[in-house]
Amino acid sequence: MQDQNESPVPIHDTAESPPAEEPSSKISRRHFLKLSGGGAVGTVILTAGVHAKAAALPPDAEVFSGSVSLQLKVNGQRRSVTVEPRTTLLSALRNQLEVTGCKEVCNRGECGACTVLVNGKPVLACMMLALDAAGQEIVTVEGLVQNGKLDPVQQAFVDHDALMCGFCTPGFVMSVRALLDRNPNPTEAEVRQAVAGNLCRCGTYPRVFEAALAAAQTAGKRG
Amino acid sequence: MAKWKPLDQMTYLGKGYARLDGPGKASGAVKYTYDLKLPGMLYGALLSSPHPAATIKRIDASAALALPGVKAVLTDVHPTGTLRYAGEEVAAVAATSPEIAADALERIKVEYDVLPFVVDLETAMKPEAPRVYAEQSNVREPRVESEGDLAAAFAQAAVIVEGTYRTQVQVHACLEVHGSVAKWEGDELIVWDSTQGVYASRDGIAKFLNIEQSKVRVICDYMGGGFGSKLQAGRYSVIAARLAKATGAPVKLMLSRPQDSISAGNRPNLIAEIKAGATRAGKLIAFSAKTYGTAGIGNNARPALPLAYDVPNSRTEHYDVYTNAGAARAFRAPGCPQASFVMEQVMDELAEKLNLDPLDFRLQNDSNETRQQQWKMAAARFGWSKRAPRPNASRGVIKRGMGLGAAVWWPGGRGTQAQMTILPDGGIEVRCGTQDIGTGTRTLVAAVAAEELGVPIASIKAMIGDTEYPYSGASGGSTTAPSVAPAIKNVAEKAKDKLTEVAAQHFGAARTEVQLADGRAFVKGNAKNALSWKQLCALFGTMPLVVHGEWVEGLSSAGVAGCQFAEVEVDTETGVVTVLRMLAVQDCGLVLNRLTAESQVIGGVIQGISYALYEDRLMDPLTGVLINPTFENYKIVGALEMPKIEAIIYDQPERGVIGIGEPPTIPTAAAIANAVYHATGKRMRALPMTPDRVLAALHS
Ligand code: FES
Ligand code: FES
Repeated sequence: MQDQNESPVPIHDTAESPPAEEPSSKISRRHFLKLSGGGAVGTVILTAGVHAKAAALPPDAEVFSGSVSLQLKVNGQRRSVTVEPRTTLLSALRNQLEVTGCKEVCNRGECGACTVLVNGKPVLACMMLALDAAGQEIVTVEGLVQNGKLDPVQQAFVDHDALMCGFCTPGFVMSVRALLDRNPNPTEAEVRQAVAGNLCRCGTYPRVFEAALAAAQTAGKRG
Repeated sequence: MAKWKPLDQMTYLGKGYARLDGPGKASGAVKYTYDLKLPGMLYGALLSSPHPAATIKRIDASAALALPGVKAVLTDVHPTGTLRYAGEEVAAVAATSPEIAADALERIKVEYDVLPFVVDLETAMKPEAPRVYAEQSNVREPRVESEGDLAAAFAQAAVIVEGTYRTQVQVHACLEVHGSVAKWEGDELIVWDSTQGVYASRDGIAKFLNIEQSKVRVICDYMGGGFGSKLQAGRYSVIAARLAKATGAPVKLMLSRPQDSISAGNRPNLIAEIKAGATRAGKLIAFSAKTYGTAGIGNNARPALPLAYDVPNSRTEHYDVYTNAGAARAFRAPGCPQASFVMEQVMDELAEKLNLDPLDFRLQNDSNETRQQQWKMAAARFGWSKRAPRPNASRGVIKRGMGLGAAVWWPGGRGTQAQMTILPDGGIEVRCGTQDIGTGTRTLVAAVAAEELGVPIASIKAMIGDTEYPYSGASGGSTTAPSVAPAIKNVAEKAKDKLTEVAAQHFGAARTEVQLADGRAFVKGNAKNALSWKQLCALFGTMPLVVHGEWVEGLSSAGVAGCQFAEVEVDTETGVVTVLRMLAVQDCGLVLNRLTAESQVIGGVIQGISYALYEDRLMDPLTGVLINPTFENYKIVGALEMPKIEAIIYDQPERGVIGIGEPPTIPTAAAIANAVYHATGKRMRALPMTPDRVLAALHS
């Protein structure tokens, strides 16, 4: 009756197929071109459409400007990062410290996937500058695990299957953890309010409510 | 033919248990493609076309290259240089940080020849509309299918319903955007890809790079959602590989959220002109549909009409229309939610004209035996009989109503291979080149193996998501569980045979005398003198036991039925529709994990609610750009709007494993639309049912 019936996995992509890319051998036929004008620019490799700087360039770090070294206190540890003023806390955590529990989904405060605790308050790490986070207590989802044991909120998420693909999960866990820290006995309505800023595309919301209420029952308070 | 053991003898299957990777996901320990950072890794970024139609005349990358930290710019990433939608890839950069990569994009100067465009389905159909593809009309040759004698059937019909129905474009909005990390080792390429098909991705990447498949390895340990949009290799993977080649460093290239919204697929929209007829006795006998849909620059926007019910006489005529927008892709039950929205409302309208209860009318026109049972069971549980017999029965401003709809799905599965290694210390590894898109594949691999071997589920190391493992197909069309589970059972059976042989030798007994149960081996009737699992495996000496298995007939089937009921409240002053509760009944043959199966059904319903009330991809007709590429303006349903959702898995273990990824999302919008009609007496003929549209209908 329907295309997908004939082929179980219908793939209707662009009418044009993806690019017939240059065979990689082209890159070995590179020739070198000196560009003028950009003082920091050295030798540039140019082939049909491929522009790459040669390995012999002076290290970039020396011409890098406007970056600052600072310390972030993440999950109880002092960690050094070098950031530009515009670097978000999320970018510093994920790209420099490899603390990747906080997820990047929208990068503009719309989804809650990057939620971390800063001085105990839930904060969207994509909406805070790394500079502003210096000297504050930052707790990410990784930091809730104590001696290899999941936090009761994390355990409740597992037990109630409040996760599917799991990409939104750390954000939800942090929002629920922050709620239980300030209100150990929430109603379902309060749980909904607490996670109202977290999006889940797989559709785990009802399970998240169950998990949050169960975690409140078993161990609302940490430690 | 292979068979599953009876449900009452199962330890895991048929029951509910937590997923194995739950702790890793809940604690942030597991790494998605987006989380990877390889030593020396660079960050890639794509420059998107600002124009919906243009040719690229010249690209000047020198200012971008001059930026410290920028390592490479590719100016030939578009295959033809003719851009057909705003958002298409124009150039790519690799830099030492994502921030610098973003700066570099701003410094690439591109000269375009801007061309006329069209982004709206109806405008695109006009003869004077700009052509998306110069060489062909925007309106493609129709696809026509017919059955029976439609004219005679309409002549015979006692009641006829006619109307035009519309659905919107829905985007997948996976929380993890599409993207890859590419790394060369000599002339071999490793790609970590956020993909629903590691093998499909590998084959596509090899093809587009023009290298051998054996030179490409694709890995996907974890992925943040796909819903059909990640079934094939993406241009971004190929571009990441080229950037990695050009810089001699690994490159991570993830789409931005707006790029993901425009270029990574969508569910096509639909305009459906319908005429349907039924006999006085309540038999649907005639159905005709003339439909139009746009898959943007791609193909196949065809709805699955007629859907779910028996129609002896029908004719469908579908036109794909090109527009200057990103191509559609498979999206959870392609062609079905839109078809269901139309079909179920037509069914309700016919029932009303016949003065029949909508449920009774369906029971008379639905030959699926499973669904016949499900309809009755669900109606009783939902309290359908308490429904007001007439629409618009509530007094006051807030009106309540109930509606229903049917779920269907066809494909089964096949073609998966697996390998099991049992180590001398008792460890068990199962390798299978499938992947987990969030449904719990890794856990089902372990559970099926544990069930067959009679060992604890946690003792199985399930290894998936890598083309180094035996072949499995892409996770699409609800085919994963029925493809994978039989292969895992098969490989475990073979391992069990070998283990029995080893134990028989040890005991000096006949193989038929030896039993393997509860992780022990013993001669029947002499359980006291048993070998523990570790003792048994130690008998291998130093050599692990390695066996290969594959999908076999008999353990899976195809085709499921389901139904959903909705109760809504409509605020007639504001036009806001609130879904109060949903009930979904769904079969899937043998349930592998009741907990995750229910989660899938709930998730399908939630995506359906979102489709019904909130989601709508909007293209600006004046500029041709996507107006709502972010979650601020492209609304998906959230916690505050969640109704009470009850998911009931209808057991049919005798049928073997059947997938249920797609069917639970099919009838949700339809059931809600019928509930809105029941509440208000006004028929909503367009999705999404936003307050402005509801108000317009109320005042019509
Ligand atoms: S990534 Fe921070 S709110 Fe979405
Ligand atoms: S579990 Fe996939 S987005 Fe929430």
